[in-house]
Amino acid sequence: MVLTGAEIVVRCLQEEKVEYVFGYPGGAVLFLYDELFKQDQVRHVLVRHEQAAVHAADGYARCTDKVGVALVTSGPGATNAVTGIATAYCDSIPLVIISGQVPTAAIGQDAFQEVDTVGITRPCVKHNYLVKDVREVASTIRKAFYLAASGRPGPVLVDIPKDVCTQKCEFDYPREITMRSYNPVTKGHLGQIRKALQLLLEAERPMIYSGGGVILSDAAEKLTRLARLLGFPVTSTLMGLGGYPASDGQFLGMLGMHGTYEANMGMHYSDVLLAVGARFDDRVIGDPRHFGQEPRKIIHIDIDPSSISKRVKVDVPIVGNVADVLDEMIRQIESGGARPEQDALDTWWKQIDEWRRRECLKYKNSDEIIKPQYVVEKLWEVTGGDAFVTSDVGQHQMWAAQYYKFEKPRRWLNSGGLGTMGVGLPYAMGAQLAHPGSPVACITGEASIQMCIQELSTCKQFRLPIKIVNLNNRYLGMVRQWQELFHGGRYSESYMDSLPDFAKLAEAYGHIGIRVDTPADVEGALREAFKQKNELVFLDFQVDQTENVYPMVQGGKGLTEMILSAEDL
Amino acid sequence: MRHVISLLIENESGALSRVSGLFSARGYNIESLTVAPTEDASLSRMTIVTTGSDDIIEQINKQLNKLVEVVKVVDISESAHIERELLLIKVRATGKDREEMKRMADIFRGRIIDATDTSYVIEMTGNQQKLDSFVAAIDGAAILETARSGVVGVGRGERVLKV
Repeated sequence: MVLTGAEIVVRCLQEEKVEYVFGYPGGAVLFLYDELFKQDQVRHVLVRHEQAAVHAADGYARCTDKVGVALVTSGPGATNAVTGIATAYCDSIPLVIISGQVPTAAIGQDAFQEVDTVGITRPCVKHNYLVKDVREVASTIRKAFYLAASGRPGPVLVDIPKDVCTQKCEFDYPREITMRSYNPVTKGHLGQIRKALQLLLEAERPMIYSGGGVILSDAAEKLTRLARLLGFPVTSTLMGLGGYPASDGQFLGMLGMHGTYEANMGMHYSDVLLAVGARFDDRVIGDPRHFGQEPRKIIHIDIDPSSISKRVKVDVPIVGNVADVLDEMIRQIESGGARPEQDALDTWWKQIDEWRRRECLKYKNSDEIIKPQYVVEKLWEVTGGDAFVTSDVGQHQMWAAQYYKFEKPRRWLNSGGLGTMGVGLPYAMGAQLAHPGSPVACITGEASIQMCIQELSTCKQFRLPIKIVNLNNRYLGMVRQWQELFHGGRYSESYMDSLPDFAKLAEAYGHIGIRVDTPADVEGALREAFKQKNELVFLDFQVDQTENVYPMVQGGKGLTEMILSAEDL
Repeated sequence: MRHVISLLIENESGALSRVSGLFSARGYNIESLTVAPTEDASLSRMTIVTTGSDDIIEQINKQLNKLVEVVKVVDISESAHIERELLLIKVRATGKDREEMKRMADIFRGRIIDATDTSYVIEMTGNQQKLDSFVAAIDGAAILETARSGVVGVGRGERVLKV
């Protein structure tokens, strides 16, 4: 069948069973939009800014096991998308971004809305393509989906010049893709797995350190099974939350800069560490030299060889898909019959329980002023711990991670690697579209929410009943916290002046807005909001301006050098 | 430590930027980088001379392998190998220096491939040190222009870099 380039693009999206395309039209993509108009299999979500298109596609991918798709025009459409692409890249989220480009003859002529999209996005994509020949459109899009979802996932951009959309060729969607230059490993090396198990079974102070890779490879159940077989403590990175049930006794909470005392101490003093789909980044282990002071054997499972021994030397690297490797480990333990040394493990658990008794997440609640932690705790109660929760970046993000106890994978959506303020609302849009009928909460702050506030309009158009939990402390909270602790209390440009009345703003967009001033009203407001099954409710909580996130490991310090509360200062 | 990394990469537009961009983004050194298509026109061979600790070199290898269009990566300096570089150097050749310049070129097994009343262009191949030595041995003031190709190399014996 002979089709135009634009028809082919849309046919490819249909072949890939794409449910939603998040995008924004413009000159270079007019033909593509014309084809989208003529069909109703692939639905288009019109955002109000291209950054949000990519974030929403990214959010959609995070809470499903599908590839998110965004469509933007050339020039500013593409540059606006860059923050979204980089955000997805840092967290290894599978996306396909289709960008329009000026006609091939105009490329390099400084044409209207021309920018070197492939050049600009090259450092923040897994791969990208400029398609100059209509005969390559189908195979390139097929490759893009394959690359995005396989191996270590990531965003793939396909840049399509306007004239390619109008040229014609025979359409044939390739089923199989083979690339001689790209063959990601899945199964782990059996010898390495055996070595790892031997270390684990001999361990006296073992620790399982799980990361976003567990979520991305849908290996939460396998991780849980392995951890229970072994009886080992489990800690998780920010990105890995939900990979192991938070209510389980073996879970020590999140580790790292704002991790729990028991998780950080356990991580530091472990003698055998099993890292699963995590990458020892600076927010997790702090100073690698400090971390290296304690002798320990490290086993590292990761699909990306370049993540292994990058910041910390690893003793037993296992390159492979987390789910496959964990499967093999479980199989070998179950068939081998050997179990860890129980006496040593009991002693280790005693030590961990002692650390736990510090109750590092305890905070002083108040009857007068709303504590942000209290709001998150109540949100957890009201939603039965079962909501899809998105966050932006800053203090509220850490409180969400600390106090919303995630039981299941793909329920927690936030920007871990790039730390992009503004993702919360578009992530919630992606999540709500992927899971209509499920509760979706966006925990945010008055600064972050303003970075993509225009999407309240998209939410209205697509009837997305998201619940926005705005922890409004009138400050760039995390910046203010660092300024208080490390910059002599000089609050340089961290005060958020001239804030809008968020409740009225939400109403202006056609939603429900509620301002909450006192702790007594927190739970009622949340219950009222979640009763509104068909409405977006913007809850503007006026919270304590001086509250800080603890525990805290100062940047560049070691994991055991924690500030547990203001009294530690 | 100095390393010579050879790789095969799909001969697509932008392939060179992917590699050079990787080095600049991650702060790795490039001493020289050469690239040209192989006997299979769909593949290019790149030779990169870089320096770094063992950890850095390990990361460079891994990061290069991670690039979607890279087919194969070999650190040819890990075992016996041959390196060559081409030098084209234009020198002043007048008066008594003219004869001296010819003699030096002969000693280093260079060839004069262009001559005017006042200048020579000398072509010379060899490893980096040989070319450095030649440039150091002639009168610096006589050098008008130099063009060096950067290093290319292959492993000795049976080892081959091929798809």
